[in-house]
Amino acid sequence: MELDPLFLSRIQFAFVVSFHAIFPVFTIGLASYIALIYGLAFKTNNPKWERLGAFWTQVFAVVFGMGVVSGIVMSFQFGTNWSNFSLATANFLGPVLSYEVVTAFFLEAAFLGVLLFGRGKVPNGVHFFAALMVSIGTFISSFWILSANSWMQTPAGVEIRDGIYHVVDWSAAIFNESFWYRFAHMGLASFLTGGFVVAGVSAWFLIQKRDTELHRKALSMTLWLLLFLTPLQVFIGDLHGLNTLEHQPTKVAAMEGNWETQKGAPLLLFAIPDQEQQTNHFEVGIPKMASFILTHDWDGEIPGVKEQPPELQPNVPIVFWSFRIMVAMGLLMVLVAVIGLFLRRNKAYMHKRWYLQTLRLMTLSPFIAVLAGWFVTEVGRAPYLIYGQMTHAEGVTPSLTGGMALFTLIGYFLVYAFVFAAGAYYLTRVIRTGTEGTEQHDDEKHRPKRPLSAAEASFD
Amino acid sequence: MSEPVFDLTYIWAAIIAFGVIMYVLMDGFDLGQGILFMFAPSEQGRDIMMNSVAPVWDGNETWLVLGGAGLLAAFPLVYSIFLPALYIGVFLLLAGLIFRGVAFEFRFKAHSSRYLWNWSFAIGSTVAAFAQGAVVGAYIQGFETENMRYVGGALDWLTPFTVLTGVGLVAGYALLGATWLVMKSEGATQDWAYKLVKPLLAAVLIIFLVISVWTPFVDAFVAERWFSGFSAIWLLPILGLLSAFWIYRSVSQRREGTPFIATMALFIFTYLGLLASKWPYVVPPNYTLADAASAHESQLFLLIGLLFVIPIVLVYTAWTYWVFRGKVKADQGYH
Repeated sequence: MELDPLFLSRIQFAFVVSFHAIFPVFTIGLASYIALIYGLAFKTNNPKWERLGAFWTQVFAVVFGMGVVSGIVMSFQFGTNWSNFSLATANFLGPVLSYEVVTAFFLEAAFLGVLLFGRGKVPNGVHFFAALMVSIGTFISSFWILSANSWMQTPAGVEIRDGIYHVVDWSAAIFNESFWYRFAHMGLASFLTGGFVVAGVSAWFLIQKRDTELHRKALSMTLWLLLFLTPLQVFIGDLHGLNTLEHQPTKVAAMEGNWETQKGAPLLLFAIPDQEQQTNHFEVGIPKMASFILTHDWDGEIPGVKEQPPELQPNVPIVFWSFRIMVAMGLLMVLVAVIGLFLRRNKAYMHKRWYLQTLRLMTLSPFIAVLAGWFVTEVGRAPYLIYGQMTHAEGVTPSLTGGMALFTLIGYFLVYAFVFAAGAYYLTRVIRTGTEGTEQHDDEKHRPKRPLSAAEASFD
Repeated sequence: MSEPVFDLTYIWAAIIAFGVIMYVLMDGFDLGQGILFMFAPSEQGRDIMMNSVAPVWDGNETWLVLGGAGLLAAFPLVYSIFLPALYIGVFLLLAGLIFRGVAFEFRFKAHSSRYLWNWSFAIGSTVAAFAQGAVVGAYIQGFETENMRYVGGALDWLTPFTVLTGVGLVAGYALLGATWLVMKSEGATQDWAYKLVKPLLAAVLIIFLVISVWTPFVDAFVAERWFSGFSAIWLLPILGLLSAFWIYRSVSQRREGTPFIATMALFIFTYLGLLASKWPYVVPPNYTLADAASAHESQLFLLIGLLFVIPIVLVYTAWTYWVFRGKVKADQGYH
């Protein structure tokens, strides 16, 4: 069998970026939460907040460490597997990624040390400031990387001369048409991820009846936050979808499983899209609903996938189902948050075991939603790397052979499996150890400021 | 388009060159701990070695990420030819760095499985150092290119010559690591580190000598550069040899900080000698700095920001080293 370097490179990129993405999406939200807790600690002088902050900082340390290790790989992927793309786009992507390193990575690295090991060594105000800087650093980082991604979705501010992109308008390129939607959607997704993990872990502690007073407080705060953010995310997601409809109609068509351009298109709840036959099997839908959601008109026209010839269509089944998984997770999150509001009476949300168990399970939901969402937007852009301008086939490294790509694909898979297993095992340990033991944390023993070493639990 | 008022390409060449040597010196001594790790006389010595670099190695590796992104921004042709040409080598480098980074984190949490992380740290560091040395050798060898694309094979970078440069850098990083350890440790561990310096220095000098003699045969351009008459660049190997002598003398006198500084000097002069050999070719044998450069407006856009940010980064870095200054003890680190 002939190994296709293009296909293997796409699989490899999808794998390493998916693996990497789950860490930052969590740390961005968690960093803000930690900053908030230390802000409360600083303001109220209540040692409870210190303890909660110290606990989540340990969790943060492990996750951030894994994000760093897998992130180094990402900065070389563009060159190793997508060198034609890199060469063509370097005038824009080079400065943007470099700005991410110098404005975000160094900021995070410097203040992370103070956050992890500075407690008791620097004044509380400085410690809070460090937490704030780390959380700002994570946001700056997401700003640049989402600008780069959005530019690939809706390229702007550039002209192509001799096959090389030249930037003619930096602000048009950086703040391109889809940037703010993607940034808002992703920023909220990070908060939701942090929120559901905090809620899930707090619920677990409450089920275990450990340090209950502290975790009730944490859970209550988090549920208020989720009650506001989950509907807001649905609203922003809708706006993002409308923006996509404007700029990438074929992607939206694939999301809706809509092959033919039609007025009054149904919202499909279930279907098995068949790319070969260019049609769906077993459709179950709500009549006219898709048109209403996308155009706010029951008889609005929805573009069809078949507007594009088959070789310029994305993989419809993947986009269609990823989108449904993301939306289902999102609606589930809204539901759980709203139920939390109803359980406020008599503080039932703190006691009802079924609700606490639900929250525990919901810890996974934001990760699934985020990965599914990225699958929608990335697979939906195919066959283009830069929408409408450069295809995956044009961007791939010309000297790459199938054997080389397969070698590194298997290699990264094995390395990441090892890292993930060790990290997950260790994270479980940190959480099991809990908040009770974090008080006597800030002594001379903790001099090194490496992320994972801030965690106290024993590895085996 | 009007011609830019002044060309930023050489400013950018200086920035990238600075970033690379920063990375080599800073990650060099902590990779060196890994290379020497399994030879340490005791588990306590290993604790000291790891603690001595634990607070800073992560910041050191950020320079590598900056190197990758900076190359893409300023010299995209280098980025888009080196990485495909070194595809397998880059994978080994990254895998080595991952195993080593993870080992850092977990070794101090482990009890019965500690030996596993010891080996993970040692092998990961050695593989990463070797891969970097081989990259240097591949750069000297040059790359088969056509129409701004790499057209060679997957393992062209792996030759007897690049194996030697790989081993050379492993020895060099080990030397840097040993002199760092002299500075940061005391007692039995320091005695051991002192004993390592002279044999490692001898190994480094022999390998560097062989490489220096071999290089002109590998590449006629380099031969022309060095042997077409005496020029100022001959000062560099002379200064390098003086640095080697400085290392030897300071270790004989059992100085604590000087051997490390002298080793950094040896690295810097060797590095400058390498750059002088190839100047102005950045993707030998076909492309110069000017060919590889990105657009003027892109270089300018990034340069303006860096002028503000890099000084701040250097302040952070210096501050971190200052916070963790002084001798390291085995029991003051992870628990």
